[in-house]
Amino acid sequence: MATLFQGLPSSTAFSSSNKFNHAPAPTSFSGTWNNERKSSIVTVRSDARWSPVLNSATHKPQRLITNAVATKADSSLASTSSKPGHELLLFEALREGLEEEMERDPCVCVMGEDVGHYGGSYKVTKGLATKFGDLRVLDTPIAENSFTGMGIGAAMTGLRPIIEGMNMGFLLLAFNQISNNCGMLHYTSGGQFKIPAVIRGPGGVGRQLGAEHSQRLESYFQSIPGIQMVACSTPYNAKGLMKAAIRSENPVILFEHVLLYNLKDRIPDEEYVLSLEEAEMVRPGEHVTILTYSRMRYHVMQAAKTLVNKGYDPEVIDIRSLKPFDLHTIGKSVKKTHRVLIVEECMRTGGIGASLTAAITENFNDDLDAPIVCLSSQDVPTPYAGTLEEWTVVQPAQIVTAVEQLCQ
Amino acid sequence: MWISKTIFNHFKSRLNFTPNYAPLSLLSPRRFASTIAQNPSTFNSIHDANQQVIDFPGGTVKFIPEMRFISESSPQRIPCYRVLDDDGQPLANNFVQVSEEVAVRMYSNMVTLQIMDTIFYEAQRQGRISFYATTIGEEAINIASAAALTRDDVIFPQYREPGPLLWRGFTLQEIAHQCFSNKYDNGKGRQMPIHYGSNKHNYFTVASTVATQVPHAVGAAYSLKMDKKDACSITYFGDGGSSEGDFHAALNFAAVMEAPVIFLCRNNGWAISTPTSDQFRSDGVVVKGQAYGVRSIRVDGNDALAIYNAVQAAREMAISEERPVLIEALTYRVGHHSTSDDSTKYRPANEIEWWRLARDPVARFRKWIERNGWWNDMAESELRNSLRQQLLHSIQVAENIEKPPIEDIFNDVYDVPPSNLREQEQWVKDTIKKHPLDYPENISA
Repeated sequence: MATLFQGLPSSTAFSSSNKFNHAPAPTSFSGTWNNERKSSIVTVRSDARWSPVLNSATHKPQRLITNAVATKADSSLASTSSKPGHELLLFEALREGLEEEMERDPCVCVMGEDVGHYGGSYKVTKGLATKFGDLRVLDTPIAENSFTGMGIGAAMTGLRPIIEGMNMGFLLLAFNQISNNCGMLHYTSGGQFKIPAVIRGPGGVGRQLGAEHSQRLESYFQSIPGIQMVACSTPYNAKGLMKAAIRSENPVILFEHVLLYNLKDRIPDEEYVLSLEEAEMVRPGEHVTILTYSRMRYHVMQAAKTLVNKGYDPEVIDIRSLKPFDLHTIGKSVKKTHRVLIVEECMRTGGIGASLTAAITENFNDDLDAPIVCLSSQDVPTPYAGTLEEWTVVQPAQIVTAVEQLCQ
Repeated sequence: MWISKTIFNHFKSRLNFTPNYAPLSLLSPRRFASTIAQNPSTFNSIHDANQQVIDFPGGTVKFIPEMRFISESSPQRIPCYRVLDDDGQPLANNFVQVSEEVAVRMYSNMVTLQIMDTIFYEAQRQGRISFYATTIGEEAINIASAAALTRDDVIFPQYREPGPLLWRGFTLQEIAHQCFSNKYDNGKGRQMPIHYGSNKHNYFTVASTVATQVPHAVGAAYSLKMDKKDACSITYFGDGGSSEGDFHAALNFAAVMEAPVIFLCRNNGWAISTPTSDQFRSDGVVVKGQAYGVRSIRVDGNDALAIYNAVQAAREMAISEERPVLIEALTYRVGHHSTSDDSTKYRPANEIEWWRLARDPVARFRKWIERNGWWNDMAESELRNSLRQQLLHSIQVAENIEKPPIEDIFNDVYDVPPSNLREQEQWVKDTIKKHPLDYPENISA
């Protein structure tokens, strides 16, 4: 759910030491890219609060009226906005973020299969090769491990490559480079060589794409030390996370979803960059905390409509940051509702939900009134037949049932 | 017509040609302004029925009615370039002369490498370091290739190439620090011995993974090309490394991207216990270059001057012509694969001895410089004694220096440690405080 957020002073939940102090000021309205409270638009808090997070106890939560589908801006929030922004689709938002960063920094480049002339198999890089030349938007032969390696070598030598996997599943071929080199070389070199690369691509279960093209790579990659993982779900956070990932000095894996590319929404005209380590409050509530990310956010919001009609008040958080988890936002929510439901697309075994369950249990066990419930896909390869495929993905009806059971 | 008029007109306006050649243009590669169009000849090929050619994507080919298979091997192996014979005598006069200063420096570095390997190997055997891998037999490749490059050329090593580091001024003391993983190690104690890395020397940190550095070098070359630098990248790997997928894709990429990179294969005959006959059935690695459109040469890896000449020429080609070059240096791995290996188990000890003595690249080069009057026995013994002293001293110093602090387990995983790592660090420190006797003394907590 994407509502219009205003420029808010903020802090990150990640670490007080400033992660963002290297970049020069962006050219547009939003001011310097740093972590100070008094700056103008910098990192944007996911909730609509005006004060820094730590003082939240003194504020009452404002209820956001949300839908499972992107809508126009809510008037109560938009009152202070002077610019209405512009509408676009999620893949265009990704492209906008990418283009802005490429204009801002000549070291940013893109490499992947069919990203150049063809414009990318999901059109995220459309038009960029014409604008920046095909040395900066590089078409690679089909060898994922090797062009990921190339990107790593380029990053260590001073460029900031964005490596696109045509489908996230293909990056399984690049696992060696991602794990052994991308995640490790900064560490094993004693900090001498950095790898500010972004690895991105569409993943998740699509519409009958077959098992090999329906992988959820976040579960395989989550263990790799040295990388960060984020998942976008709306045009707004897609652009913001793309920009943040490019500016980060660490390697970042940006998970996009095949079925979300054509989501339309309105995003601000002003420049904004989101925090890589923050979760997004989609719908504040009191009864239960529902944690989700990527496409499942929309299934959750659909279930939320039904739940609201039945008298429940779910709090929905799009965790966005898959590694590390934003335990600050999550913890606050758990302390409020005392019940947690995780809805994910990963498989049951070893998925993001499994790790999240462990993390919450470890840190907030005393705040839980009931065991954590995790809804995930079954441990099966995704079947091709439409009906079968639908049943391997968590559906809103299951979410409603789970909440009802949890709140008994 | 499956070609739409608009596409046809678009191409027609972009390329000046007459309508007769329309189909060919659609098969030509589309390039944007930033790179050079390749194969302009495809536009101008003549469609002559007498010529028996046909056009396919990628260009025209002649066709023949005979079914001819290309043989899996040539009748002759690709010959090997050498400058000095086994006795250190030049075979011809057509090589790039090396000055006395450079030659003596090359020789001293080769001796340094040889002695360093011997002493560190012994140190491992004595239990002072946990692991080591020698470069015995490959000193010429190591030093001469580095001598032919400039400081701006970036090096992506496998793990049997400390020579270029020595050439560029990395000291024996720094080598010792890395092998002892103490707090002065550039890598902060995080890697095994011989996994050197130094950004000051443009030498990228060694990773244990085989051949992963080959595509890194291509990426670096791409970066240098984008910045229009007068520099190339060079990467080293062994005969075994050339079997990895990364090698093939990297060569392919470098050719397609016209990247200024030198691929230097140390074909030393063995990949741990696997001889080259079990590694590939091609004529070594040099023939693979042409398969990818990469210019290549085979060189006598134990001939320092041949290596020097070849690498210098390759560098020139790589940078001025923006192309990759493959150099296969034939040599022999005299030492074991590493201290975890006993190669007499899979190869005859007398074979090893023969290569060690009769085909020693260091001795061969020494004969050449002595004949030029630039070296003598006294200089030799002085150098070797001095090096031994230096090395033993460096080892002693490195051995007694503190190991890196606990924080270095958690730093540099990211640019700034996140809260979960800081938490984990605190747990470790608390545990050490509670059980100090269970932890080594020379850890600073």
